Amino acid sequence: MRVKQYSVLPGFGLTLGFTLVYLVLVALIPLSMLFFKTATMSWADFWQTMTSARTLAAFRLSFGASFVSALINAVFGLLVAWVLVRYDLPFKKIIDAFVDLPFALPTAVAGICLTAIYAPNGWIGKYLEPLGIKTAFSPLGITIALTFIGLPFVVRTVEPVLQDLDAEIEEAALSLGANRWQTFSRVIFPTLFPALLTGSAMAFARALGEYGSVVFISGNMPFKTEILPLIIMTKLEQYDYAGATAIASVMLVISFILLLLINTLHAWSRKFQEV
Amino acid sequence: MHAVHSFQTSAQDTIRKSNLSEPLWVQRVLIFLVLAFLGIFLFLPIAVVFANAFGKGITAYFQALTEPDALSAIRLTLLAAAISVPLNLVFGLAASWAIAKFDFWGKKILTTLIELPFTVSPVISGLVYVLIFGAQGLLGPWLLEHDIKIIFAVPGIVLATVFVTFPFVARELIPLMQAQGNEEENAAIILGANGWQTFFRVTLPNIKWGLLYGIILCNARAMGEFGAVSVVSGHIRGLTNTIPLHVEILYNEYNFTAAFAVASLLMFLAFLTLGAKRLIEWQSHRGFILAERNLNEGGNS
Repeated sequence: MRVKQYSVLPGFGLTLGFTLVYLVLVALIPLSMLFFKTATMSWADFWQTMTSARTLAAFRLSFGASFVSALINAVFGLLVAWVLVRYDLPFKKIIDAFVDLPFALPTAVAGICLTAIYAPNGWIGKYLEPLGIKTAFSPLGITIALTFIGLPFVVRTVEPVLQDLDAEIEEAALSLGANRWQTFSRVIFPTLFPALLTGSAMAFARALGEYGSVVFISGNMPFKTEILPLIIMTKLEQYDYAGATAIASVMLVISFILLLLINTLHAWSRKFQEV
Repeated sequence: MHAVHSFQTSAQDTIRKSNLSEPLWVQRVLIFLVLAFLGIFLFLPIAVVFANAFGKGITAYFQALTEPDALSAIRLTLLAAAISVPLNLVFGLAASWAIAKFDFWGKKILTTLIELPFTVSPVISGLVYVLIFGAQGLLGPWLLEHDIKIIFAVPGIVLATVFVTFPFVARELIPLMQAQGNEEENAAIILGANGWQTFFRVTLPNIKWGLLYGIILCNARAMGEFGAVSVVSGHIRGLTNTIPLHVEILYNEYNFTAAFAVASLLMFLAFLTLGAKRLIEWQSHRGFILAERNLNEGGNS
């Protein structure tokens, strides 16, 4: 291990030591417990838990709903960022501030609000129910909750890139004969794309692990509206610790891969901006 | 000279705008879509909380907030935040000092590891503590022997809260301190200040707004955490219920007015967090402009 220390500043040993001890005690030891516990399972048991029809249904639902909500957020997040940066509208600063609401609002509150809105007797639900559209207690409701939770990610990653965008490149495109749509699709969009992808990936990662906002609106029916964090919760309540841990450790590996992917994407989008 | 220049740029801007913007009808359609989307996804939930909370009048609202179970939930939430925020504040300062001020092997891995709780599902964050301290857990038998209760008790709730909130302060400070560099601190040390003096008189004033924002985010999450706390709490009324868990119980009992009344407290907390964020952004921006102006004026005279 090579420690480069050119600095005259004191406190390196103390602060790094404290950081490492705290990190190991609070995060690494607890998280490593997942793998120790999973390792005590036999391979057959592990495989059976992971490939049971109920777990597989939860995997499909969690990945599907998270993906669709990330896609919705990519489209509308770009749109929101675009309108807030480029156009004049009243109360723009207040609207911009409220975009962060899903970050600031506890997920349990988000969950009961959305359920109250989309339940069959709710503000929106009562108009959708006669049309035969079931929102609350269906995968659609889960997708709505996940869209709410991931809403700020794309807006907040695309906004700064859009603000820093040089007007000159748009002028260049215009003077070279491009119309507005061509300028957008061939000049502006490619510049925004890395940030858009980063934001969507963050929304997807967040959606995959989300629990509080989904648990109320989903109805929690096995095979139909049971997401992955919920199946962990159910197994815990049935004292099936091994089963809960097996699913949790697979989810942990997936979220760690997503974290590395997001960091790589983020580095790429920064490099892209500088060029 | 200045006036002529600004006149020219504003005239150029108008020409530029008319050529470099979308047709008016496209703008209107896009604005309508955005307002409709944000209206449905952001403002409707806010409205639904207050409509339900005050649905049965103001007396029922305050009754829901002052009944003993609600009060004990509020107390426990404040306790969990009062322990986890200072702990994570110290961690955030230590981690950002080590990472931003020094170069060492494994710095990137360390930064990634600090962000880990953000990507871990809240349910998993609670589960890992059950695996250590639960009855069937690693330390379970020992704890039982010594009659110490952690899971389904207050210590478990505090531990889970510390885990889910530990990256907030560090994540705000690391990029800020990296951007500011080491020059000012180096100068202070060379001029004879000791480490603590340098930190309190040079570093802290420079990072105060970022630090405050980190604390506010950490506090908001500490008070609002649901999934992780839900796993370790055991939902014992009046004993191990935090505000979000109390909301869940009331809601599941179809006591909607009370559930939304208690939820409105958390909605106010969210408003405070958003307001503080704006204020801090404005302050740090103003500080930046003031510093720049001082620099320019100093250079001119």
